[in-house]
Parts: sequence; structure tokens; C-alpha cells
Amino acid sequence: MDFNLTEDRRMVLDTLSRYLKDQYPVEHRIKVAYDAPFHDPSKWSELAELGLFSALAKESVGGFGGTGFDIAVIFEALGKALNCEPVLPLVMASRLLGSAGLDQQALLEGGHSYAVAISEPDAPYELTDISCTATSDHRLNGRKSTIYGGQTAQTFLVAAKAGSTVNLYQVDANDAEVISYGLIDGGGAAEVLLDDTQAELIVENAAHALSDAMNAGIVALCAEAVGLMTVSYEMTADYLRQRKQFGRPIGSFQALQHRAVDMLTEIEQARSITIKAAAELDGKQASRYASMAKNLIGRASRLVAEEAIQLHGGIAMTWEYPVSHFAKRLIMLDHQLGDADHHLSKVMDDLASV
Amino acid sequence: MDLNFSDQERAFQSEVQTFLAENLPDDIAAKVRLGDGLTKDMMDLWHSILNAKGWLATTWPKAFGGPGWTPVQKHIFEEECCRAYAPRIVPFGLNMLGPVLQKFGTAEQQESILPRILSGEDWWCQGYSEPGAGSDLASLKTRAIREGDAYIINGQKTWTTLGQHANKIFCLVRTSSEGKPQEGISFVLVDLDTPGIEMRPIRLIEGGHEVNEVFFTDVRVPVSNLVGEENKGWTIAKFLLSHERTGIAGVGFSMQALEEVKVLAHTIRRGAKRLIDDPLFAARLAKVEIDLEAMKITNLRMLFQAQKQGAPGPETSMLKIKGTVINQELRDLARRALGPLAAPFPGHVTDGNILFGPADTAFNAARYFNNRKTSIFGGSNEIQRNILTKTMLEL
Repeated sequence: MDFNLTEDRRMVLDTLSRYLKDQYPVEHRIKVAYDAPFHDPSKWSELAELGLFSALAKESVGGFGGTGFDIAVIFEALGKALNCEPVLPLVMASRLLGSAGLDQQALLEGGHSYAVAISEPDAPYELTDISCTATSDHRLNGRKSTIYGGQTAQTFLVAAKAGSTVNLYQVDANDAEVISYGLIDGGGAAEVLLDDTQAELIVENAAHALSDAMNAGIVALCAEAVGLMTVSYEMTADYLRQRKQFGRPIGSFQALQHRAVDMLTEIEQARSITIKAAAELDGKQASRYASMAKNLIGRASRLVAEEAIQLHGGIAMTWEYPVSHFAKRLIMLDHQLGDADHHLSKVMDDLASV
Repeated sequence: MDLNFSDQERAFQSEVQTFLAENLPDDIAAKVRLGDGLTKDMMDLWHSILNAKGWLATTWPKAFGGPGWTPVQKHIFEEECCRAYAPRIVPFGLNMLGPVLQKFGTAEQQESILPRILSGEDWWCQGYSEPGAGSDLASLKTRAIREGDAYIINGQKTWTTLGQHANKIFCLVRTSSEGKPQEGISFVLVDLDTPGIEMRPIRLIEGGHEVNEVFFTDVRVPVSNLVGEENKGWTIAKFLLSHERTGIAGVGFSMQALEEVKVLAHTIRRGAKRLIDDPLFAARLAKVEIDLEAMKITNLRMLFQAQKQGAPGPETSMLKIKGTVINQELRDLARRALGPLAAPFPGHVTDGNILFGPADTAFNAARYFNNRKTSIFGGSNEIQRNILTKTMLEL
């Protein structure tokens, strides 16, 4: 047993962490995350040059990483920096293009961006619920909703139903109606309206490919949350040590001490389930562990976000103080790729089927 | 035991309902329902409508132009206002300064100030908290030094709600550093036009502007603006905080939120099913409905007690704690129900309601984040627990 990072991953992590700390501080992130295009395109190019994207892709598709652990290590660092770059859709797109057997050099070099269009207004989390349809000559109809990174995507990878099977299609952003907007927790997304839109079929019977991509995305989100929670806790603990009321640091009050260490315990649990989901990502039970992780992360993120605000008091309710932005991201992360209840029901289904 | 209102109270209830149906402007109710901030004009308009009816200063006795209601009538009025999506009354002049002046002010202060609160000529805001004095309010440092017939005020106040609309501020200031911190505090009225005052907006977590910082540099205020005695301001502050606590359970607002979430849960679809058919979501909603049902009775029991005893007791801290937690849970559900549709930044949603989800939901995530304030302000829930510990635990 060894919970240490391999030398290669340690190097990727160090390079990325240093870059984010020096070149992409939280103050800069807060500035770019709320104005179109809701990220910083020049930083996106620099992240590509660092080799970050290749580290998120498997060797079989031209990358040099791409396992659950690679994804988890990188996304924890991105979470600590409150990243708003559309790296999540990149991870999912890499897996999907791999399943389709398509070249993805342009994706990994940062020159061509993809967004993954699965969710719909009435089918936010469940693949089998989607109602977007494809004709036999690959024309798509329907609305894809809250497509993360859709505001900058040149190509959409779209899940649509042809009869009763779900296929994966590729749509040029210029061929669809794309409505871009910013998100309450920073970063951007888009609505994609498909009206007899010409598409290219890239994976037939894509349920497995899509769930693989979603599982990878879940590992990424969980690790991001662990990073966000770690920083939220550190800022809270610092504040408990420094803030004085009634002539003493507020951290000297036992009522607050216990709540701070409860946060810490939840974060350790969150880290552990993320490690488990990462380890299982390319195994047979990937979906089961991804669901377990996303449920626990949903619960822990809410506790940590709300307690970070409450233990700080009013100051954490302000835009100016970064904890508020970490809290927003932690809460809204539960609205991506299935919330805590959605994944709890998956684990419940598993229990019932034994 | 009888949980029903008396015949008289029921008659009053229907009188309030009729009044609201006839007088509450639709555009204002719609904005309240959406959770979007009201403009100053809208707030002023609603105040003037209530004032014309004599129902604006609900906590004031008849002698000062209030309706002279019992606590139960006041409760009925507030609950009906919530049901109709009437705006909250801006409390600083009406529910805070008004009662303070009626108890501690001079006849001259009462005559010159109270009518202007009712008419809306003056908009008051509150200068209590400071960057270094939040939960520990008595440690406040803003100084007022006496110079002839004036105080010279220097310092900083913060979390001044709706100060951007105000022309007056009531402040707690330090007039002495002798003795315990509580003993050197005075309650002073300040005209915001006085030279040396600067108000700066604070942007909140969800992007909105409701609170401000107020900076005082050599601000000259006539000594006649002192309320009560010099160095006795803490007594006034405590009196005022107990007024801030009436209606603190926010039961009406939680009933609003519960109805909203129910509608959402029946409207929103998860594939072929409605969200309410998801047993996990239904369980969350049912639990909070149970808590709210109990809270309504707890609230009425304490109201009944207050009506008998004349003043609310320390148990109101329970109302604050549980009431805010219930409301926050409902705001969590309203956000959660929307799934990814909750994610757009409200300011970016120009065509919001049609494009991004059911009507009235564009602000659901913003409201969830904004509502985290309720367990922090007006004496944080931790401070409420301290009050309960001190008064109930008998250690």
C-alpha cells in the first residue's frame, strides 16, 4: 500500500501548483470568472503549453496520464486555485473522442475546444431521460442545457436518441444556436438549441462511452471539491486564530473549535472517497464508486461551505473576501453531473439489486 | 387549549386580506416573489400606502400614530403580508428608532422625528457594527468627543443595511473609556449630510448591494442629538435588539418558501417523472414541512406568552435559531430543485424565466447564498445560543 504520489505525478502537480500560484492567483480568477468569456483565454493557452491537458489524457490517445489519479491530482490543485477554466469538459471530451477513435491532438494542445452536451432542462442528470433526438441522416433536435464551457466551445459532443439508443454526435458550434452566459459561481456555460442541426455521428450506442466520460468528470469534480474544501478550511482556521472578539481569538471558544474539526473530518472522508473513485475509474465498478464519491462530496461540500461562512460571520458574505467564492463553487458543484440525491439513488439501486 | 384565532382576530385577518388584495401593487408583489431587490421608490410607495391606512408603524402605540395592535394582531398582519408577497417593512426607522424614541427620547425629539418616519421624509439606517465589533458589539470604537455643544465623531461603522437610501443614521458611539466597555456607549442621531461622512457599498456574495460601510471623520453633531443619557446607550441598544427579535422566526417567509418549493417540485421534471416523485427530494421537503409546522406553533406559544407578560423572553433566541435554519433549508431546496438551471448568474439572465426554468426561479441560487446572512445578522445563531445558555441552563 502506498498513498504517496508517483514521481511523475508529483512533478506535474508541482509545476501546475506553482503556475497557478504565480500566474493565476485567486484575485485574478475572481476578476475574469464573471466577465465574458468567463475565463482567461491567454491562461488557457499557457496551461496547454505546460502540458496540463496531455497529463489529463491517456497514452492511447496521445496523452501521458489520464488515469483517475492523474485527474484527481490535477483537479485538486485546480480547486485550490478556484479554477474557472473549462478543464472539466476537456477531460470528458478526451475520453469521448478516445471512444470515438478520433484524433485529439488539437484538443490537447488547447487549440480546439469541445464541450459535452448531455444535460437537458428535463433531464439534468440522467442519461436515459434525455429527449433530444437524431434523425437517420444525423440531424439533431432538442435543447441542451447548462453546458459547462459551452461559451467557448468550437465543437459540441452531443448525446441524442436515435430510436431507443443513445448515440454521440459532433456538432460544429456555428451550426447550432448557442446562448452563452456566466454562472453564479464564476465560469461560463451555454444553452445549445438544436433545430434540425446537421451533426456527425461519432459513437453509435454511446451509453458506455458517455458514462465513462461522466465518471471521469465526477472524479474531476470531487477532487476539485477536495481542493476547494481544503482552502476553505484553512482560511476558516486562520480566521478563528486571528479574529478577536470578547478580548480573545474566537477560535478559543469550544463551540467553534468542535465545528472546525468536524469540517476537517468531513474533508478527510471526502478525500478518501475521491481516492477510491479515482482508483476504480477504469474498472468494472467505476459508476458505483463515482456515485458514492459524488454523494459524499455533495454532503461534505455543503457542510464545509456553510460552516466556512458561518464561522467567519459577515465578512464571508462579501464579494471581496475570497471564502464567499469558494463557498459558491462548492455549493454549485453539486448541480453538475448529478447531485447528492441523484447519486444516492444510484447507490440505493445497487443495494436493491444485490 | 384552542389553537384557533378568536372571532375578532379572524375578522381582523379578513380585513387585512381584503386590504392587501385591493392595495398591494402587482408589480411590487411580483418583484418580491421573484426575490429581486426592490427599488427605493417601490419601498417608499408601499410605506405610503400602509401609512395612509394607519398600518405602517405596527409596533407603535396609538398615541404616536401606531394602530395599537396586540402582538397577535401584529402577527396576523405580518403573516398575511407574507402570504400576499408584500414587501418587508424597512425596519430601521419604524421598528427600531421609533420605539427607542418613544421610550428614551425627549418630547422634542419625539415630535420632530416620529412624524417624519411615518411620512417617509426621513429614511433611517443603523450604525451599530464595526469591523472590530460584531458579535462583541460592546467593544465598539467609534468615538464621540464632546466639544462645547457638539460631539466630534470619528470611526467606522459597517453592515449598514440600505444605507444607500438613507438620509439619517442612528449610531452607537463611545463617549467614555472608563469602566466596563458597556458603560461608555451613547446613542446618537446623525444627519448623513453632515460633512465628514462617507458611505461605501459592500458587494455581497451573490453580487447584490444591500449593506454599506460608513466612515466618520471629524463629524460634528449637536449634543441635542443624543438620545437618553450620555454613557447609557447600551441600555437602549439592548432594548432595540429585543425589538429586532420580534417576528424573528420569519415563519411567514418560510411559509412562502415552502409553497414555492412545492410548486417547483410539482413542475420540474426529471425525465418522465415529476421531481416530487423522487422520494429523496420528497423526504427533504416533508421533513422541513414538519419542522415548519412545529415552528408555527412554537412561535404562537411564545407570542401568547409575550402577550401575557408584555415582553418577549430569552426563548425568542430559539425562534431565531430554528426559524433561520428552516428558512435556509427551504432556500437550499429551492436551489437544489432546479438542478443545473440554478447555475446562471442572475444578472446575465435577460430572458431568464422563459429560457432557464420555471417562472420566478432566476434568483433561486442567489437567494440561497444571500440568505446565509440570516443566521449571522441580528445576533448570530452562536450569540443566540450564548443567550440561551446564560439564561436557561442555570449552570
